[in-house]
Amino acid sequence: MILVYMEVREGKIKKSSLEVLSEAQRRGGDLGMETAAVLVGHGLDSLAPEVSRFGASKVYILENSLLSHYSPSGYTQALLSLTEEIKPEVMLFAATYMGKDLAPRLAAKLGVGLASDCTQTSINNGKLEVVRPIFAGKAFASFTFKSTPQMASLRPNVFPLGDPVDSQGETVKKEVVIPEAQVRDRVTEIVRAEGAELDVTEADIIVSGGRGLKGPENFDLLRELVSLLPHSSLGASRSAVDAEWIDHQHQVGQTGKTVSPNLYMAFGISGAIQHLAGMSSSKYIVAVNKDPEAPIFKVADFGIVGDLFQVIPPLKEELKKVLSE
Amino acid sequence: MRDQPRFKEDALNLFVFAKRVPDTESKIKINHETKSIVEEGLNFVVNPYDEFAVEEALRIKEAKGGQVTVFSVGSEEAKTVLKKCLAMGADEAILIKDDSGETYDALRTAKIIAQALKKKYTEYDLLLFGKQSVGADSSQVPSMVAALLDLPQVNVITKLVIEGNSGIAYREIEGALEKVTFPLPAVISAQKGLNEPRYETLKGIMAAKKKEIPVITLQELELQSEEIAPQLETVKMESPPARQAGQIIEDEPDVAVKKLVEFLHHDAKVI
Repeated sequence: MILVYMEVREGKIKKSSLEVLSEAQRRGGDLGMETAAVLVGHGLDSLAPEVSRFGASKVYILENSLLSHYSPSGYTQALLSLTEEIKPEVMLFAATYMGKDLAPRLAAKLGVGLASDCTQTSINNGKLEVVRPIFAGKAFASFTFKSTPQMASLRPNVFPLGDPVDSQGETVKKEVVIPEAQVRDRVTEIVRAEGAELDVTEADIIVSGGRGLKGPENFDLLRELVSLLPHSSLGASRSAVDAEWIDHQHQVGQTGKTVSPNLYMAFGISGAIQHLAGMSSSKYIVAVNKDPEAPIFKVADFGIVGDLFQVIPPLKEELKKVLSE
Repeated sequence: MRDQPRFKEDALNLFVFAKRVPDTESKIKINHETKSIVEEGLNFVVNPYDEFAVEEALRIKEAKGGQVTVFSVGSEEAKTVLKKCLAMGADEAILIKDDSGETYDALRTAKIIAQALKKKYTEYDLLLFGKQSVGADSSQVPSMVAALLDLPQVNVITKLVIEGNSGIAYREIEGALEKVTFPLPAVISAQKGLNEPRYETLKGIMAAKKKEIPVITLQELELQSEEIAPQLETVKMESPPARQAGQIIEDEPDVAVKKLVEFLHHDAKVI
């Protein structure tokens, strides 16, 4: 069995978890294996049908009111009892903040290896093989597993969603028993970032700025583009972050986030090697820079050598036209 | 729970874990035969996220008293990383000697650390890590050590407050921060933004030079090689597919923008 952990945020299944479930479904087909899903928390029954539609033949719901908020120790306890009972051959997570926090804790409890943030999966001789970027994408390594369950987390926004089907999976609800004293690291509050912006790791389009913006106030120009473009987010280079023009949450690159959106638009970013590592797997890259020699142009699908302050205003108008079509 | 305070009330025994990694400006070359990266010619530094952990430990010590001990798991060369942490102001540094090189198996590293803390260095209040090493990029060791020692964990934190025997940390998630409360001892891992690491002082560098760095071996920790055998097998390692540069234009802004939007809309179909 392939078991997929389904992350719930604000009462909804994360899209990245559905991506993982879709990929599990494809690999399950290769292996001739059933795909099951597991949800952990409190009051999640209504979410089971959606999970079934994305291919889970069984949906486990691990229920305990102590787990209504995320707790790595509590959630691990719950998942440990299920994995020990049903013994999946493969277990997959989305490499979200929660997945990256939870999967290693569970892996260590199970004593198994874990491959983080994978961008490809395949089956070789009946075994899972995964590819994961290392050095933020400066190299790619392929791994197989020597322990069971073969455990991996998959990078959000990389694996295509399957088509939902009209299927009714079985739902198995389990009340998990966890002593309150074992739930020791509890989320007591979630503080939204200003504007509740979409995280760069989840965006389809990233509008990113560097030192060429000349000052923090000019990130507003990029924010205007972000507000026009659907499912987009604001990115930044390390030098813009280190100059304190913008919060580090936006930083793309080796000491920031590694991203692979459909479209990455770099304004005034020269393209230091540590930045290129973090965004080179984007599907399309657009660069606007005054310096024709900027390394960013070596990876750009479309580059404009020019002054970003003269490019952005007409760009806004053109985008508005196209988007309203 | 913490038994008795070892220093003055509130004082904390702080353990930090630091890794030696190639700096982020490094160009990575691959040895396809050994399925590993070529280390010759690379400049090695303290993992940047671990520096935030060292800095945070130093700040806690300055506010509350206590001791900061930095550990590194690795070869003799990792002593340079420990020297730097001593020069920043850490009190002690210990090398856990492991010559296996990078295995990309975090469980192995976590087991070594957990064993050292179970067998030899049993008194601690807070274990501080970087949220990931730049290179292996796994983000696993802190959670795994927490699991193996049955400690609470808070990863990717940008703010930490310790009060008495418990802590409050803010950890980064998608577009928000989670506020997490936890008792000590605990594991935290640092994200950029937690603090601004200090530079070493000349005095610190001189003092660090004189300081002995004790070395403990895996034998001393009574770790059998099969216990820490990597659970992941590296099948191959490759450079990323080279991107072809596309069209670069130098037209007037109005013209250039029209061409760009045409490209995005009709060719790339991303808008």
